[in-house]
Amino acid sequence: MVKVDGTGNQSSLIQVRDLDKTYRRGGEEIHVLQGLNLDVSPGEFVAFMGPSGSGKTTLLNLMGGLDVPTRGSITVAGDEITHMSSGKLTEWRARHVGFIFQMYNLIPVLTAFQNVELPLLLTKLSKAERRSHVETALSIVGLSDRMHHFPRQLSGGQEQRVTIARAIVSDPTFLLCDEPTGDLDRKSASEVMALLEELVKSHHKTVLMVTHDPLVAARAQTTLHLDKGVLVEASKLQQGVPAGGVA
Amino acid sequence: MKFARIIWANLLRKKVRLLLTIGSFAVALFLFVFLAVVSDAFNRGADLASADRLVVINRTSIINPLPLKYRDPILRIPGVKVVTHNNWFGGTYIEEKNFFPQFVIDPQNQRQVFPELVVPDDQWNTFVKDRVGAIAGAKLADRFHWKIGDRIPIKTTLYGTNGVWEFNLDGIYHGKRQDADETQFWFQWDYFEEKVPESFKGQIGWYILKVDNPDDGPRIAKTIDDMYANSPFETKTETESAWAAGWVKQFGNIQKLIISIGVVVFFTLLLVTGNTMAISVRERTSELAVFKAIGYSDRAVLFFVLIEALTIALIGGILGLGLALVGVPLLRDALSSVIQNIVLKWSFLGFGLLVALFTGILSGILPGWGAMRLRVVNALRRV
Repeated sequence: MVKVDGTGNQSSLIQVRDLDKTYRRGGEEIHVLQGLNLDVSPGEFVAFMGPSGSGKTTLLNLMGGLDVPTRGSITVAGDEITHMSSGKLTEWRARHVGFIFQMYNLIPVLTAFQNVELPLLLTKLSKAERRSHVETALSIVGLSDRMHHFPRQLSGGQEQRVTIARAIVSDPTFLLCDEPTGDLDRKSASEVMALLEELVKSHHKTVLMVTHDPLVAARAQTTLHLDKGVLVEASKLQQGVPAGGVA
Repeated sequence: MKFARIIWANLLRKKVRLLLTIGSFAVALFLFVFLAVVSDAFNRGADLASADRLVVINRTSIINPLPLKYRDPILRIPGVKVVTHNNWFGGTYIEEKNFFPQFVIDPQNQRQVFPELVVPDDQWNTFVKDRVGAIAGAKLADRFHWKIGDRIPIKTTLYGTNGVWEFNLDGIYHGKRQDADETQFWFQWDYFEEKVPESFKGQIGWYILKVDNPDDGPRIAKTIDDMYANSPFETKTETESAWAAGWVKQFGNIQKLIISIGVVVFFTLLLVTGNTMAISVRERTSELAVFKAIGYSDRAVLFFVLIEALTIALIGGILGLGLALVGVPLLRDALSSVIQNIVLKWSFLGFGLLVALFTGILSGILPGWGAMRLRVVNALRRV
């Protein structure tokens, strides 16, 4: 269940309350997010849409612990992350968040296997355990036969699948995807989306995705529009419910 | 160790740049060690000087002589144990480039004043009885492959125009210390006095005296200089270390010059390596942001950058020290007519390695600090 009116209960995996984010550029204050509320239950696949500069990526960064809000709170699986120190937040990210970026952001000098292994190097897993986890993650994304290839030897779609393997290898609480198909052709984009759907359906992952593409957003269970700093469900938007409307 | 693969892969990302940086590090380290060796060679005299030895020279200059008749009055001064004297001969062996220090010595007292330069008794006894005998330092003998009994012709430019003086090599001295000067050539005063033109007779270059108590040195020096004040041959008496330091100053302020070059080398090295690390980090801004996003701490990122810089420094440093091990002996032979006593000590290599590691850390700190402070959100936005 996804709610945007702040009425979600404790069973929500992610709870965002009265979230403000203000940037200062020159002498001017830019209010990107204003009093935003959001509740996401486990196993949801949520797409965020909105015009450029509407704050989609900012919201994603805040929920991923990469940025801190000006006001409000974000609670994930019972942990309120908005008041964590930078060090704690780094540890929290390693445990709870899997990131999937538009430009893949693989390390070009490491093989697919080594890229996927990166998050596990921070754990106490043995070499054999790490190998097993990496092989499993790469088999989930269908790249078992490419594990010793470098990123430059892979197609864009394959690179993004390696990124997904890296995001899921440590079994995080949720995945954050920032335009995961933005740099892919239609066929590769469809494959990547099928993979994300599979992760939600078969592996019960919670996925929050930012996209510009309505076709990609349509693959999610819920689509939320971000406009003027608040979230609105796509269905309500079509019915003319004002921003900040009820779920 | 599990991060070694990441560090190594990053280092090898631009192989040509890595090779050039390591190469510049190696050359700079070699230069640094060589400068230290040269500096040491110039200052060896002062280091080896004994606290209980004083040197008496002509007040005008060391190249002006002193009369031999000063010896007995100096010996009578309370606290003076023994007096000997030397002359500078300034000859060459076969060719001009084969220069080394030759000293005319007083065989009666030389060994008492310089007990640290050891000649076996049998060789010394042969030398004392042989008016044209000579003693060579072990390194000098090695340099020219001399052996005892060889006939050594030395051409002089100071004492007579047609002067090739022939000597029998009767002995070889060794220093008690590893870094002792074993490049000198000694021959007898009597032979010198007999062969030099009339105008040089009865004149010695300088006196070296051993005193009973080093604390008496200033008093004895003052007594000698007062005795010959306002005479045609005024004296200047000083400790052997001060005298050796003064001798080095004849060449100019070598120490200052070498330190200046060393500092320039160090800073150039720092700039080259620091620039390489800064470019390397800047190229990887988005990758470092990914590391941080997936849970690597700021310290871990700093650690990666510092270890990379240290690895470059260590490999370059070891190569440079290897170059020094091979190159310094070659340069020692090539420069033997200009600088004697070039010795590559382990302490120089150790110091060189420390300089390398220090440079590595310094060059990695700024880029590493920048990487550590990098904000993930900003860095990802730059992609």
